[in-house]
Amino acid sequence: MLKIENLHAAIDGKPILKGIDLEIRPGEVHAIMGPNGSGKSTLSQVLAGNEEYEVTAGRVIYKGRDLLEMPVEERALEGVFLAFQYPVEIPGFANAEFLRAAVNAHRKHRGEPELDAFDFSRFAREKIEQLELDPKLLTRALNAGFSGGEKKRNECLQMTLLEPSLAILDETDSGLDIDALQIVAKGVNSLRDGQRGFLVITHYQRLLDHIVPDVVHVLADGRIVRTGGKELARELEEKGYGWLDEAVAAGADKEGRA
Amino acid sequence: MSDEKQLLDDLSRQKYKWGFVTDIESDTVPPGLNEDVIRFISARKKEPEWMLEFRLKAFRHWQTLSEPDWQKVQFPPVDYQAISYYSAPKPKKKLDSMDEVDPELVATYEKLGIPLSEQKRLAGVAVDAVFDSVSVATTHQEKLAEMGVIFMPISEAVHEHPDLVRRYLGSVVPHTDNFFAALNAAVFTDGSFVYIPKGLKCPLELSTYFRINAENTGQFERTLIVADEGAYVSYLEGCTAPQRDENQLHAAVVELYAHADAGIKYSTVQNWYPGDEDGKGGIYNFVTKRGLCAGDRSRISWTQVETGSAITWKYPSCVLKGDGSVGEFYSVALTANRQQADTGTKMIHLGKNTRSTIISKGISAGHADQTYRGLVRMGRNAHGARNFTQCDSMLLGDKCGAHTFPYIEAKNASTQVEHEATTTRIGADQIFYCNQRGIATEDAVSMIVGGFCREVFKELPMEFAVEAQKLLSVSLEGSVG
Ligand SMILES: Nc1ncnc2c1ncn2[C@@H]1O[C@H](COP(=O)(O)OP(=O)(O)OP(=O)(O)O)[C@@H](O)[C@H]1O
Ligand SMILES: [Mg+2]
Repeated sequence: MLKIENLHAAIDGKPILKGIDLEIRPGEVHAIMGPNGSGKSTLSQVLAGNEEYEVTAGRVIYKGRDLLEMPVEERALEGVFLAFQYPVEIPGFANAEFLRAAVNAHRKHRGEPELDAFDFSRFAREKIEQLELDPKLLTRALNAGFSGGEKKRNECLQMTLLEPSLAILDETDSGLDIDALQIVAKGVNSLRDGQRGFLVITHYQRLLDHIVPDVVHVLADGRIVRTGGKELARELEEKGYGWLDEAVAAGADKEGRA
Repeated sequence: MSDEKQLLDDLSRQKYKWGFVTDIESDTVPPGLNEDVIRFISARKKEPEWMLEFRLKAFRHWQTLSEPDWQKVQFPPVDYQAISYYSAPKPKKKLDSMDEVDPELVATYEKLGIPLSEQKRLAGVAVDAVFDSVSVATTHQEKLAEMGVIFMPISEAVHEHPDLVRRYLGSVVPHTDNFFAALNAAVFTDGSFVYIPKGLKCPLELSTYFRINAENTGQFERTLIVADEGAYVSYLEGCTAPQRDENQLHAAVVELYAHADAGIKYSTVQNWYPGDEDGKGGIYNFVTKRGLCAGDRSRISWTQVETGSAITWKYPSCVLKGDGSVGEFYSVALTANRQQADTGTKMIHLGKNTRSTIISKGISAGHADQTYRGLVRMGRNAHGARNFTQCDSMLLGDKCGAHTFPYIEAKNASTQVEHEATTTRIGADQIFYCNQRGIATEDAVSMIVGGFCREVFKELPMEFAVEAQKLLSVSLEGSVG
């Protein structure tokens, strides 16, 4: 459902992604791990269509279409969801109104009738209960003054409401307590239906205990330097990233020769 | 180009939708201002001697003044001798009913969506339409008159209720108040007069639509609203103006006078031509609005939604003289392109236990510059007086500006003044986040701005709240390519 080929991206002329290849088939959960600054968030932002990042080479095919040609909203409405590492705050924009607008945009796109405030509230409360979130989340302004954990919970709620075909979670588990970790896991696992794809960016094995990945990638200096099964995550946890220097050097070397 | 940049560019470029000129024969004096012109205006209106004296006194004072220059707006000097001070649409015959109003005039109102005709009129709203300087139609007058409410053009009130007009005119905003107030007192041609008798809660929301039409004609409306003891009235003012190449001066004066236990709610939705994207051709709006809470426990509330004008300079104010009187100011001001606005309010607490609330929401886009200037003054005898001020700015993009100048003067130690201020910038990140959830940029901006203004909109009467929402959407319309 998602095929990334030789993706290069830069910010302010500085190359960040240096040739990413990755394929997610329907139903698969892929995890991406890797040191700080290796380009994980850049990859997720490029997939979502953030124009701050310039795609300098490569292509991305999503559901048979050229994803990079699609405007941001179009990608979203076609089922690409990004749980942001740093969700933005919009004071004065009621969270409930924001969520309803998002849900209705999706419904409209699918040719379904929009939900009025009452029906939406019922729908949202159901999901909130399912994730065991605090219903007060709805009555506040969008992420404004939310704690780090509350923001991540709100991302999770949005994912659950929008039921994406491809969910990209950028460190949704960072800064979460154990309970919240369960919420994220529950959110993802309840959406797993053998069709939806997941790209889970994380630094911690503990999340992958709950969301068991089919494939684990290690991203370093803008390249995927290793790919393996779920046991790779455990190996990383034990060994750390020290061994990566070699791999990165090898990549740079390859680039130098090319 | 990012959506955000696109949005901001388009915001700066959208055309004024309602720019058209109605062709009605105007009866206009040649440009210029001297005592003869003032005598001409007064004679045309068959005014009594005291009214002429009122004007001449103001004019003589005005001649000693120069334009204020302390406000944070910049504009080319206004040539007061190049302005024509009187312009009246010539009625083809004496008008007895709405049906006889110049059809072209009615067509203009309908283009603007102003519900002037009986059928189209919003239920429960009496409309006193000011076209240029003369009122041409008044509805619901009889019904109101039965209850003792006076709602008529001030030019008529001068004849029909001279004692009332004479007693209150200039009592809240004297001609000595400021440059524009003096000019207005000298040359005002029309406006509305409202008097609500003792104990009556006016069952209708009174409404006037101002409209600037004849080329080069300054507008100098004069509005005077008096609520007698225990009376209440809600008054709505709204305006749009046709597109122009030359800047037009607007210097209105609004006076509100509330006796003991009376309440006056004055709401404005203002949409004058703001000028093109380079700031050319907009309206200069220098308005003096003040309310006097003269009696104990009286209340005056100003609510304004400002989206128009090239330059706005306006501070609806309350003088809280009666003990326990209450002043409120709720404002949304949107400036885009090269618009400049220097607005705010003054709350002058004189009486004991007086209270005031100021909620100001400023939205800036493009190259616009906006200043909030608020004065809260606690007088020596204002024991136990309190003020709360909330002043929020929203910036769309990075080329616009917002400035806040809260002035506080407290001469009584038992008073309490609270000020809160926030600035929110809506940038590419916020828009991207909304887009990523499938929400179109235009919808996102309109919802964000709507949410930002909600506290003020909820103070508007229903019909106006709808209009205000519409205005903001229109102002943000086409903001996404
Ligand atoms: N907006 C930006 N402006 C300048 N540099 C940026 C920007 N965004 C990312 N970068 C740089 O790109 C590189 C990759 O950043 P990215 O956020 O993708 O890393 P990451 O793998 O997500 O790291 P972390 O694990 O800390 O979240 C870093 O060197 C970062 O400084
Ligand atoms: Mg990151």
